[in-house]
Amino acid sequence: MIPADITNENRYLGELVPKICRYAGLGGLALLVASVVLGWAGEAGWERLLRSYLVAFFFVLSLSLGGLFFVLLQHLTRAGWSVVVRRIAEGLADNLKWLWIPFIPILVAVWTGHLYDWADPSRLSDAERALFQHKEPFLTPWFWTIRAAVYFGVWAWLARFFVNRSVQQDATGDPQATARMQSVAAPGMILYAFTQTFAAVDWIMTLEFAWYSTMFGVYFFAASTCGAFAAMIIIFYLLQRSGRLTNVITTEHYHDLGKLLFAFGVVFWAYIAYSQYMLIWYANIQEETIWFVIRQLGGWKTMSIFLILGHFAGPFLILISRYPKRWKGVLAIGAAWMLGVHFIDLYWLVMPAIPAELIQSVTTYSQLVTEFEASYLPEYDLHWRVLDLTCLLGVLGVFVAMAAWSMRNRSLVPERDPRLDESLAFENY
Amino acid sequence: MNDSSTTAAPTDRPGAAPPAIPREPGEVIGKLYGLLAEFETPAAIMVAAHRVREAGYKWWDCHTPFPVHGLDKAMGIRPTILPWLVMGAGLTGAVTGVVLQWYTNATNFDAWLIVPITGYDFLVSGKPMWSLPANIPVIFELTVLFSAIGCVAMMLFLSKLPWLYHPCLKNERFRRATDDRFFIVIEARDPLFYRRKSQEFLKSLGATAVEALEA
Repeated sequence: MIPADITNENRYLGELVPKICRYAGLGGLALLVASVVLGWAGEAGWERLLRSYLVAFFFVLSLSLGGLFFVLLQHLTRAGWSVVVRRIAEGLADNLKWLWIPFIPILVAVWTGHLYDWADPSRLSDAERALFQHKEPFLTPWFWTIRAAVYFGVWAWLARFFVNRSVQQDATGDPQATARMQSVAAPGMILYAFTQTFAAVDWIMTLEFAWYSTMFGVYFFAASTCGAFAAMIIIFYLLQRSGRLTNVITTEHYHDLGKLLFAFGVVFWAYIAYSQYMLIWYANIQEETIWFVIRQLGGWKTMSIFLILGHFAGPFLILISRYPKRWKGVLAIGAAWMLGVHFIDLYWLVMPAIPAELIQSVTTYSQLVTEFEASYLPEYDLHWRVLDLTCLLGVLGVFVAMAAWSMRNRSLVPERDPRLDESLAFENY
Repeated sequence: MNDSSTTAAPTDRPGAAPPAIPREPGEVIGKLYGLLAEFETPAAIMVAAHRVREAGYKWWDCHTPFPVHGLDKAMGIRPTILPWLVMGAGLTGAVTGVVLQWYTNATNFDAWLIVPITGYDFLVSGKPMWSLPANIPVIFELTVLFSAIGCVAMMLFLSKLPWLYHPCLKNERFRRATDDRFFIVIEARDPLFYRRKSQEFLKSLGATAVEALEA
């Protein structure tokens, strides 16, 4: 097979940029306004709006972080095959430069004592206070804000470093840029691992401050790679449908992205999720198991089983074979499915709340189940709201528009990367 | 050379080994194994492999110093059935894991597995006797173990390995297969194999040398 000649290809988003910005960006902003109105006027209320917003924010954050991970990984391993797909991952990671802006509502929520129980310790019961005592120095709004600033600082710096050098290389063709990125990739990966882990702990795990899992950072990492690889497959599919990079991205590249999605998003995710579950289930410590107990009640139970089947078993059986990964349409549908279940996974992490009074009033598991179903079901059960959808589509719309805007003058492939030819000629064996 | 009495005179002494007969490179004295054709570039062997396949040969192979991308396709090699065998091995491992743990930890009846055995229901930290979460690690590990061992064993079996000896290795020229030369070997057992015709055919593909291989 003769590798594609990139000069014959449509390598720019071009006239799509204003279109995407208009529809996705303005539509997204409109949906965000609608969400605020729904939160203000609807029965769900501000707390619910904040939680929905947190899920939506984490959804786009996971795409960006997954993209950054991909870029770091390719430089770290000096990968040749991935050069032609790297620019899209850079586009996802590039959004980390401004993602601190949509984080501001969460920051405001913490400083005004919302969303997180620890944000307003005066509301805690005596029993909760006893559990909170040891964590209080870590979970103060000040320290929490400083940490958040560090995470966003590190991410923005990493994204800036890798994206700018890669884009500059399009003009200069300087191979030293690649060498420099490779040498920064290793410490960059360590920084990424720490910030990503602590961010997941700070922003999702502390929703239930008494609960902890040492696996949680890895869990969010696995989830974010699932989102990013699925998003990349969909983006390439859509780009090729619109006549861009038609010969540059081949079946071979889809095959490898499919392998990564299978390995990280399906198998690794399940491995981590199960490891987390099994240790907590086995140790059987009350403040740990309650996090899973609440996810085994009412509608949450259905959702948990759905995640096992829809995020692991089904995709595992389909994606394990070589053929679906080499069949663009099927892989794109599979990726869209994975992106959907990734959202449900985040929803499942953030949404279920543990009614504190319930835990104090019961002594056995069967009592807890009966009591929950008798009196707490209407408030604490799984309820989808329009808010969830408007928040997600709103934030995602803005995210997509910003990604497209950042790509307005950039080629969709790293045009003068020293390994470009290797990537164009890449084949799987 | 025609006069054998001058070149290789048989010795009179009984029991002495006959002196070694000088052989041309690639000259066959024993049974013929096949023909070895040497090519200088990956591109040349790609084209040649495609033509050998089109000519209808079945018993032939390529030897290259490194994996040449696209050669499998040019040779028309069908995908291996190994993945399906590995899946079978993996499922066997999973079932073994389930049955093993269920029988040894959650039952108490007698059975016979070469020797008499008995189940031993054993309560661990108040968990149910049969509880899937606790058993998944062992099921997982046995699946991996059976798949890995099965994969290696069946790969060897399908490749008919180990071979203690291969006719190609007798050939001087073939040594460069690990360095900078690319070889095609057509075996004599191929129904289309005719010593002279096949030799001409390989030459016509641009082989820099064609030699016969001794079995």
